[in-house]
Amino acid sequence: MSLPRSPERPAGRGRLAVLFEQAIELLIRLCGISAIVFVFGIFFFVFREGAPYLAQLDLGAFLFSSDWYPSNDPAHYGAGALLLGTLSVTLLAMLMAVPFGLGAAVFVSEFSAPRTREVLKIVIELLAAVPSVVWGFIGMSVLGPLIKDVFQVPLGVNMFNAALLLALMSVPIIVSIGEDALKAVPDSYREAALALGATRWQTVFRMLFPAAKNGLLAAVLLGVGRAIGETMAVLMATGHSARIPTSLFDPVQTLTATIAAELGEARQGSEHYQVLFLIGVLLFTLTFAVNLTADLVVKGIRRK
Amino acid sequence: MSAPAEHGISTSDLCLWYGAFQALKRVDLEVKHGLITALIGPSGCGKTTLLRCFNRVNERYGSVTTTGLIRIRGKNVYDADVSLIELRRRVGMVFQRPNPLPLSVYENVVFGLRIHAEKRPPKSVLDEAVEKALTEVGLWKDLRDRLQAKATGLQLEQQQKLCIARLLPLKPEVILMDEPCSALDVEGTRAIEELMFALKGKYTILIVTHNMAQARRASDECAFMLLGELIEHTRTENLFLNPSNPKTAEYIEGRYG
Ligand SMILES: Nc1ncnc2c1ncn2[C@@H]1O[C@H](COP(=O)(O)OP(=O)(O)OP(=O)(O)O)[C@@H](O)[C@H]1O
Ligand SMILES: [Mg+2]
Repeated sequence: MSLPRSPERPAGRGRLAVLFEQAIELLIRLCGISAIVFVFGIFFFVFREGAPYLAQLDLGAFLFSSDWYPSNDPAHYGAGALLLGTLSVTLLAMLMAVPFGLGAAVFVSEFSAPRTREVLKIVIELLAAVPSVVWGFIGMSVLGPLIKDVFQVPLGVNMFNAALLLALMSVPIIVSIGEDALKAVPDSYREAALALGATRWQTVFRMLFPAAKNGLLAAVLLGVGRAIGETMAVLMATGHSARIPTSLFDPVQTLTATIAAELGEARQGSEHYQVLFLIGVLLFTLTFAVNLTADLVVKGIRRK
Repeated sequence: MSAPAEHGISTSDLCLWYGAFQALKRVDLEVKHGLITALIGPSGCGKTTLLRCFNRVNERYGSVTTTGLIRIRGKNVYDADVSLIELRRRVGMVFQRPNPLPLSVYENVVFGLRIHAEKRPPKSVLDEAVEKALTEVGLWKDLRDRLQAKATGLQLEQQQKLCIARLLPLKPEVILMDEPCSALDVEGTRAIEELMFALKGKYTILIVTHNMAQARRASDECAFMLLGELIEHTRTENLFLNPSNPKTAEYIEGRYG
């Protein structure tokens, strides 16, 4: 909305200054629009690569069949096991990361002394800075043997291993966003609860969580997004085998790892290549759905 | 109406330091039960600090040191057998800015009951408490159909009344009010004052105010503080008509503030 502009300019501002201001305004506008353009652009290009296969795609088989045999003749492209792999690893990771991450966020923001808080925040940020290939390496060489010994299972690289890594990778996000959300709760609410005789735990559960629920939800969903999109660590630590898992210690294969492992070998323009791009579209849809739900939930809460 | 007044709050030789800064200096105060006592004084003289000693919320800050005695209804609040939680149930506080919890109106009123209950109170008990407390502060008619609305979305005056209402189910003996009307307009101020009159008798009410006229019309007794010291404490009309200390006189005449 533009306000009616007065015809005369303040003294001392020449035409150049006015032009400059307009140019800046235009630039800022472009920056805003470009985000939208990029998102649609990416979606468009990924979709375009996969689109030719759509004509012969059997959607039911693609989503629900677990026959992923891209190099057989005839090839089978059932991404069901991959989808399940992604979902199950993510879910398991979140079962570990959410309680731990939110707990840590509460500790950092409400219970720790200023010194401890600073140290903890630095360590947590360091955790976030570990490259995912290093996590994968830890999964293969440290966690794997450990899991094998402790749980007496034949294979150390499996769903549990990868989920543990993903949990460790999303905890820093959940902690730092969650802590911001808790910090944003005005101190006057804490005083109100305390002055009514609430213990610190009652204050956390009965006042802080309800007050910060939007931000905490955002923290969790960003963690989910991190876990769904993670590639390298899961490629190395899941065991990478496209089967329907029947236990926590079965190897699985995720959508992301499949693309990373197979795109290099698939001939450009081949069926396999196109299907991998469709998997990309599927991933995109998944994360989009997560974000959209988050937005809607947050808006829904706010309206009430 | 000056029957020997019951004990409300009493302090003796109360000193408080924020780090090295002494905010309260040897305060000896006797607040009578069943009356409204106003606490006046220029900005920064320690009114809020004094009020916050009585439910021990000052202790939230790490660097606070308190010495001296504080008795609430005869009981030393620093005694080993005093539970902080129980103390805060008995001593309710209303803050300068209305601070209802970011929950529904209903949950705000029953918050205290929920946290102090040994086991989950039945819904009928809670419902009854909500109706009783909201009726007492005069909100029931306006809010009976909006009990699930978010409390932070109410008008400021309603928020402040709600902040008073949420103390009542806990059956407090003392209600501390720190400039409860400073965020309200004339109407809101009048409504809160009327509410104080309605509550008078059952509680020890101690109200901090910057508003001389308010202290004059709404309180039975009045205490004047300056730079951390209690200068004068007597019946309100005495304090305003013939103050015994020249500093008090200068303050109520508006020479400084
Ligand atoms: N948390 C704190 N840490 C350090 N000093 C403080 C703290 N709170 C208050 N003070 C200081 O203690 C003195 C008394 O403050 P207090 O808030 O009790 O005054 P007040 O009489 O309530 O003032 P006002 O009328 O402005 O509310 C002030 O000088 C203030 O700067
Ligand atoms: Mg104050």
